[in-house]
Amino acid sequence: MDPSRKRKLRLGVALTAAVLLATALIYTSFSASTEASKPSEIEPGKSYEVTGKVVHGSIQKSGDDDLRFRIRDRDGTQSVPVAYSGVVPDPFRDGREVIVSGELKQGTFVAERDSLVTKCPSKFTKDEQSS
Amino acid sequence: MAGVGSACLTVALLTALFAAGAAIYGGVRGRREWVTSGRRAVYCVAALCVAAFAILESAFLRSDFSYKLVAEGSSTSTPTFYKITAVWATQDGSLLLWATLLGLFASAVLFITRRSLRDITPWATAVLAGVAAFFLFLMVGWENPFDTLAIAPQEGNGLNPLLRHPAMMIHPPMLYTGYVGFSIPFAFAIGALIARRPGADWIRATRRFALVAWTFLGTGILLGALWSYSELGWGGYWAWDPVENASLMPWLVGTAFLHSIMVQEKRGMLKVWNVSLICTTFVLALLGTFLVRSGILDSIHAFGASTIGVQFLVFISAVLILSATLIIVRLPDLRSTARLDSLLSREAFFLLNNLVLVALALVILWGTFFPLISEALTGTESTVGPPWFNRLTTPLAIVLVLLTGIGPVLAWRKMTPSSLRRILLVPLVFTAVVLVALLALTNAADSTASLIMFCFTAFVLAVVAQEFWRGASARRVMTGEAWPRALARLMGRNRRRYGGYLVHAGIAVLFLGVAASSAFVEQRDVRLSPGESFTLGDYEVTYREATAKLGGDSSGTGAPISFGAVMDVRKGDQTFTLRPARNFYSSGDPSLGAISRFFEGEATSEVDVRWGLRRDFWLAVRPDISSLERPIREADAKFADAAGDVQALIIAALAERYRSDPPPAAFRAIVSPLVAWIWIGGAIALLGALVAAWPTPEARLRRVRALYSARLGKELSRA
Repeated sequence: MDPSRKRKLRLGVALTAAVLLATALIYTSFSASTEASKPSEIEPGKSYEVTGKVVHGSIQKSGDDDLRFRIRDRDGTQSVPVAYSGVVPDPFRDGREVIVSGELKQGTFVAERDSLVTKCPSKFTKDEQSS
Repeated sequence: MAGVGSACLTVALLTALFAAGAAIYGGVRGRREWVTSGRRAVYCVAALCVAAFAILESAFLRSDFSYKLVAEGSSTSTPTFYKITAVWATQDGSLLLWATLLGLFASAVLFITRRSLRDITPWATAVLAGVAAFFLFLMVGWENPFDTLAIAPQEGNGLNPLLRHPAMMIHPPMLYTGYVGFSIPFAFAIGALIARRPGADWIRATRRFALVAWTFLGTGILLGALWSYSELGWGGYWAWDPVENASLMPWLVGTAFLHSIMVQEKRGMLKVWNVSLICTTFVLALLGTFLVRSGILDSIHAFGASTIGVQFLVFISAVLILSATLIIVRLPDLRSTARLDSLLSREAFFLLNNLVLVALALVILWGTFFPLISEALTGTESTVGPPWFNRLTTPLAIVLVLLTGIGPVLAWRKMTPSSLRRILLVPLVFTAVVLVALLALTNAADSTASLIMFCFTAFVLAVVAQEFWRGASARRVMTGEAWPRALARLMGRNRRRYGGYLVHAGIAVLFLGVAASSAFVEQRDVRLSPGESFTLGDYEVTYREATAKLGGDSSGTGAPISFGAVMDVRKGDQTFTLRPARNFYSSGDPSLGAISRFFEGEATSEVDVRWGLRRDFWLAVRPDISSLERPIREADAKFADAAGDVQALIIAALAERYRSDPPPAAFRAIVSPLVAWIWIGGAIALLGALVAAWPTPEARLRRVRALYSARLGKELSRA
């Protein structure tokens, strides 16, 4: 093969690889992603990853590992009850922003085991304790 | 003193602006004295930043709560070590640290190159001064670390308990040093582009800075992982969190850069690629600094709402647009002086390794920003989780480790298949033996990806060992030295090469730890009362008794209350004791009761780990304090206005009550095989990078000679 054809071939291979990677990225990310939603948006029959704030005074422990609390929109009052079991992250508190995945069943958001993530109060600014 | 600190920053900003202006003027007009003046102004900026930093540091040490920053981020009860480090746990303080490090690095590189690279340095000076000016501008305009409070509070808020871990406090300066370090090659690349001197000069001048930056950034990332493993209480070291990703991306692209500049040095190729890589690295480093502060992406690490997000975005866009434009305008000057001769050559494999590294960075970039991308495209914000990251990065990482083994032993230009066979024969045989042994003796075949990674790690180690053996035995034949001496001399004489080999071996070992610990981890969550036990793998764990300590937890974090457990662990005929605990920090919230305040603040897991080369036994406890809730409420009501010592007595009584009659506590136990090799591999890589970055005697000699000839030239021109 003469050099110029060789170069074109190489370019072709590189471009194909790039296109393949890009397609894989786009395809897998859209198919594997979960929607981040607000508590006010969720409906039964679909799985969600909900981001919201823990309603003050709503945390109740029942039994060994079970936890019940309500979460509300970041800037709203509409809230939904959550049934959760599993590990509770260190910073979990009233008023904290949490992310939890699960499904709405009979008016209660039933969370997947160990899916609770709490955002720590900011590294840089003091947590607004009671907001 | 706050006024002095503030003034330092303002003067530093003006000085930086002057430095940039003077350097540009001197560069355009060819007036050396202006460039020199600009360079000296950069020294001044560094000195002013150091002074400001020292003032702030002393305020933290003295617990001077008239400083807003000290009141927010420190307290008298914070241990001294954490008082020192609390400076960079605050937004404004970390900006000051960035600027200070930048000033020091810029001064160092400009001092070293003061008599060389005359075409490039004016522009590099201007770029560095410009970046410094941006950070100073942020502090002077919005985030002044020297803001004071009209009324100084009696006590500060204290350092965020989660950050009270040695690794976490060293981690930010390491990351910043890495980020800042990459601005040096970036500035010189821009300088080379403007001056139309895209040869390898700028690379030779800044290669070592890039290597040092790479080393610090890598160490910082590892320390972050260690912190996550031993402080966050979930047992993992990497969660694909946006903040973690933000530090990994510049490191990956920086790794690509360190490899491809060798191709330019040796073969005069990949010039466009190299300048693009370093610009990308720097932009990613800025992005990393920005992400921690912006709040645009959700992260466990969470970011405070910040006032400087827009400014950062404007600056990053400006850097991106300017460097892209500059590269495009200078394309004709960046033509390669050589062509790729053969695909079986070191340069071809370096290119391949570059593509894999950039692909990895791209995958991570896409995943990190997917919430924004999906919202822009579909209108709903979606996220991709760790499984997605693992699925896409695992194949790329496997290819990368393979290349780590092959790349460095290939010859430049072209290699004959027969010599390749000769070099790879022993490592391949070794790999095959390891594969057979793994299949026969262990259950490694349960995870294909891990099995491949184990084999490739063995391959890389064999290649590196063979290189050391060959080099040392050649020296022995020539000089008759003993083995250790021959090895030491070999490394001393070819630091870049053998340091590089060490880095490769370290990275392979690190991936061994990642592959083993991610595929074969065993975890169990249980709830136990004292006297009960559970088993995990070969371990039998018994909850001996509950502990409750006041004002003296074992790791020196300054936590007032610490509830824990004493656990007896038995494996075969070997026994050991672990003491995991949970620290409770008091809350400053005045709406809480006088006593419940002590329990309602932050709480952090103090994990106890039995470290081992073969496996770690990791144990965390979550004491159930709900049984104390009622007595706490009662105490709140009864002792609302009690004095401090009465409160202390009540707390002590409550602690004693927990200790003597503990309710069942929740435990999480993890058996993680080979996880220690992640840290060991990282340490080997760090050592290798130090060897590679250490100045060689020859280089020192060359520098001295260059200095003398420069002086001679000066004298002659004067005469």
